[in-house]
Amino acid sequence: MQPAVEFRNISKAFGAVQANADVSFSIARGSIHGVIGENGAGKSTLMSILYGYYNADSGQVLIDGRPQDIRTSHEAIALGIGMVHQHFMLVENMTVLDNVMLGNEGGFKLAGQRGAVEAKLREICDRYRLEVDPLATVHDLSVGAQQRVEILKQIYRSANILILDEPTAVLTAQETASLFEILRLFKEQGKTIILITHKLQEIMEITDEVTVMRAGRVVGAVQTRDTSKEQLANMMVGRPIQSELPRAPYKPGAEVLKVSNLQLQDANGVKLLADIDFTLRAGEVVAIAGVSGNGQSELLEILSGMRLPSAGNVAFLGQALPYAGRANADGLPADFRRLGIGHVPEDRLRDGVIKDFSVMHNTVFGYQDHVKNRWGLFDFKRIAQRCAHLMQAFDVRPNNPDLRIGLLSGGNQQKVVIAREVAAKPKLMLIGQPTRGVDIGTIESIHRQLLRLRDEGVAILLSSVELEEVRALADRIIVMSGGRITGILPVDEFDTTRIGLLMGGLHKS
Amino acid sequence: MKKTELPRWATGFVLPILNLLSALIVAGLVIHLLGESPTDSLRILVDSAILDPEGLGYTLFYASTFIFAGLAVSIAMQAGLFNIGAEGQMYVGGLGLTLAVLTFDASLPAWLMIPAAMVGAALFGALWSFIPGYLQAKRGSHVVVTTIMFNFIAASLMNYAILKLIPEGQQNPASRVFAESAALPLLNKWLPVFGDTPLNISLLLAVAALVIYGAAVWRSSWGYKLRATGLNPHAAHYAGVKISRTIIVTMLVSGALAGLGAVNSVMGSTHYLSLNFPAGAGFVGIAIALMGRQHPVGIFLSSVLFGALIQGGFDLSLEKPNIPQETFVFIQGLIILFCGAMENFYAPVVMKLLNLARPGTRTGTSTTKEA
Amino acid sequence: MEDFHIASIIVSTIRNAPVLMFAAMAGLFAERSGVVDIGLEGKILASAFASASVAYATQNPWLGILAGIGVSVALVMVQAFVSITQKGNQLVCGIAINIAMSGLTFVLAQFFFHEGGRTPDLREARLFDIVLPGTAAMDNIPFIGWLYGHVIGGQSALVYLAFLLVPVVHWVIYHSRFGLRLRACGENPHAADAAGVSVERTRYLAMLVTGVLCSFSGAYLAIVQSGFFLRDMSAGAGYLALATLVFGNWRPLHTVLGCLMFGLFGAIQIQLEGVDLPVVGQVSGSLIQMIPYVVTVIVLAGFMAKSVAPKAVGKPFVKSR
Repeated sequence: MQPAVEFRNISKAFGAVQANADVSFSIARGSIHGVIGENGAGKSTLMSILYGYYNADSGQVLIDGRPQDIRTSHEAIALGIGMVHQHFMLVENMTVLDNVMLGNEGGFKLAGQRGAVEAKLREICDRYRLEVDPLATVHDLSVGAQQRVEILKQIYRSANILILDEPTAVLTAQETASLFEILRLFKEQGKTIILITHKLQEIMEITDEVTVMRAGRVVGAVQTRDTSKEQLANMMVGRPIQSELPRAPYKPGAEVLKVSNLQLQDANGVKLLADIDFTLRAGEVVAIAGVSGNGQSELLEILSGMRLPSAGNVAFLGQALPYAGRANADGLPADFRRLGIGHVPEDRLRDGVIKDFSVMHNTVFGYQDHVKNRWGLFDFKRIAQRCAHLMQAFDVRPNNPDLRIGLLSGGNQQKVVIAREVAAKPKLMLIGQPTRGVDIGTIESIHRQLLRLRDEGVAILLSSVELEEVRALADRIIVMSGGRITGILPVDEFDTTRIGLLMGGLHKS
Repeated sequence: MKKTELPRWATGFVLPILNLLSALIVAGLVIHLLGESPTDSLRILVDSAILDPEGLGYTLFYASTFIFAGLAVSIAMQAGLFNIGAEGQMYVGGLGLTLAVLTFDASLPAWLMIPAAMVGAALFGALWSFIPGYLQAKRGSHVVVTTIMFNFIAASLMNYAILKLIPEGQQNPASRVFAESAALPLLNKWLPVFGDTPLNISLLLAVAALVIYGAAVWRSSWGYKLRATGLNPHAAHYAGVKISRTIIVTMLVSGALAGLGAVNSVMGSTHYLSLNFPAGAGFVGIAIALMGRQHPVGIFLSSVLFGALIQGGFDLSLEKPNIPQETFVFIQGLIILFCGAMENFYAPVVMKLLNLARPGTRTGTSTTKEA
Repeated sequence: MEDFHIASIIVSTIRNAPVLMFAAMAGLFAERSGVVDIGLEGKILASAFASASVAYATQNPWLGILAGIGVSVALVMVQAFVSITQKGNQLVCGIAINIAMSGLTFVLAQFFFHEGGRTPDLREARLFDIVLPGTAAMDNIPFIGWLYGHVIGGQSALVYLAFLLVPVVHWVIYHSRFGLRLRACGENPHAADAAGVSVERTRYLAMLVTGVLCSFSGAYLAIVQSGFFLRDMSAGAGYLALATLVFGNWRPLHTVLGCLMFGLFGAIQIQLEGVDLPVVGQVSGSLIQMIPYVVTVIVLAGFMAKSVAPKAVGKPFVKSR
């Protein structure tokens, strides 16, 4: 029997980034096929090619043994391919029925088709036990139910090949179990499921075959029953390059940060952070490892004052951080800076710099009230001197302080941000994804800079999706998954398999 | 390498000039359709507003008010707020200065009376912008619609207030005439070339305000936080800016500046508070802020331009009855359209021309991937 | 309070409401599709002038109404181009239209008619009141006779159009294909796009409907209410309409209720002048004039009802892929 989907030598590049490099594997009809890999492994790009959002630079996609040139998502739908995205494409204030009918209403009067569509939806729900009421309004539904609506939409459009992109990221354990029941029913009916995930538990539980991707390539294609979590973790994470950067012996000083029982829920009650407990000492680097979207961003936002926690305490240098009694975090980051907490944000362009300001102006961003004279005016001479000094010390190029920072490369922008935060001599430095969007040459210089900071006695908490970076910088490693800490270990216990397991959602046993 | 972004001089000069020309061409077309010659009209306008010294005096007199209106709208725009309420804020500012004058003009000398009146104007103007600012900051009510409503409320309120201020037996719906101490010194005292015009020290105050605006917005930490809020509120939050407070304070300053705009006409020309004295100056402020791109020099030049349009337009309407002064309200709208809503209309064309002019351009496109 | 004539207040309300109703329903289509229309005011003025002028010139009110539609649609297409295709600032565009039309209508009125910026009185060229059959016969029956003859009957055609449009608008928004796509574009244009709906085309169509509906507001002001065009005669109706949308939570039936409320205020306002109220005595006309605008601010501050705007309103749609 022909495989439902076959990729032959798919390559796709975006500028200098090779997202997919010579990817070849096939997906058997009537199977549940997992595609696993870390951030940047290339899974999403590959599925976007299958679904018609992108066109591959080279290679072929075959559906049921026949080569197909899928140029738009409509062509993909016509071929029976459906995709359930991570971010749902639903109109929240309309009913499920209306959401399904949108785009194929069957006439200018909705009433004409409503009855027929409703009946068909109920039939599909019964057959696959989707438990969705077609007349319910989407925003009244739980996240799990909303996802089932997305699945319902695809089945209604006669999808035979269903792609699910990180479906359990927003589900509870029970909802995940229900979802898997539904997927098993699909399989019985002969449908093909492609499950994109980074969670090892799910792969082992539900899939028949697994393809492992890393850095744009396929590094393993196995039958699930023939493999183990450990083997998959290894393949997913790979062997990190041993990099030896100079660092002082590990002698952590006084306790700088103590996080106790930190919780965070969003407006819909979804738990973003649960039971976060850890401490941080002066002169140590603690790195949070984990696939992005598992709570690391939210944790750093809370610790920098950009966001309020729902519950819990944080003590900085023995004093509780001033979250209490506030309706929102408006203006709070300034207080945190004054206390001695520096923050290099994860999303540089959105949070860390003003794109249209010059480099010089960005060197005082966040510290604008620290560099004014008693009339409230800036001392430009002093600011310029400081900027020149920082640009030289951190080797920012081009060496032009008046250039709009948006015109600098990512690496140089990052150097400016780090220089700025370091210059304020913080006691605690928070850094989200220190080398995201940074060229290889600059990565090492940033790493050296951070280690120098550590040696000077600053406590550093960073989050990174790159395990090589974690291993290179950390003294201790915290692994997060699903908003929780799944493990804390010293760097000499670094073991790719173990960390892969922890990142994949399996608690330290 | 092919340019993907226009250089500063293109966005700062070329585009605004193209936009202004577009507005003027459309206006010229309408004037032509009204049966008049656009070039002839332009000649009359320039003669009256710039070349004739007395006309120039009037031009600068109008410009004094417009500078304040333009500053009011500009400073709000720097924070990302669209203050349409400058008209009402100026109108209520007039009440503030009038109350100060009517109370103290008999007892205070000019050098105390005038500043006191100015404080009254600024205070009342700020009062009028406070509620829209507060509602935007705390309840998310859109400042555009609330300030428009406050313009209408101001009209009714001032109607009521002015009627109450009419002295016994007077027909003119206005307050009593102010005493000498509340009269702004006229510039023709030192510069007789300006002739019998109401051009007064407000012009100097306006220029001083422009300088202070420039210093505050580009040289102070307050202005820095303001601009950050307008350019990227997420990053401003990261930088510790109190967004709520910034919005409210900015609206207060904006209202105060608009209120100060009342000083020129009420204390420099009429010497009493009259119905509807702003006569649309608050809306001209919007056009000025957009055309002048919120820059002090831009605001000054645009204000003079509009002063010229009003002065020249007045003389033009006398010579050519088919072009009444309301024509310039129409032109104002066109300028707001081209310089504000369609400000990037010519950007693709300019970009193409720039790339053609550059040697060795490659045509290669690369899409950037979002991680 | 016997000075209050409830009967005339009711009739007044019905006669005041259509200006707002047409404008509000116009704004509803635009905003529900995701485009903010601050330029209703300018379109009302433009169509008021156009309809009054053409009605006078041709002595035919219907041709006047047609002219009003044409002008309003032309203006709305400029707005649509700027907002949808150019992805420019929708608020600035709307304000530009309002100011431009405020000036242009006066200039053109002066140019064509030389009457100080207004158009001449339409007199016989106004829309006549439609008298329902049997009104005279029922005139003697208390209450019912009045209701039949002066409330339900005896209104001009545009009044009937305004009220009849309400259920039509409701049906289109909630029970037609166009309405479904419209609402999707206003709430989550990415979802609409993913479902194969052209967001640009839907929004352009919505703006077209806005232009047509808004023109009736201007035509009503000029042809039915006053019989001529006068500068700035819309007096903020275009903005009050936006407030009724907030009040009505962007739902047609509730929005119309808001329009009726404002119409009621207008009717009471006229009655209140010169009347001695308990405690406050005579309230000045100027202060009464303020009421609709103050109420608008209260509504916008969210004190009257919790209202949720269409999620994507005011944001130009940029395809994510």
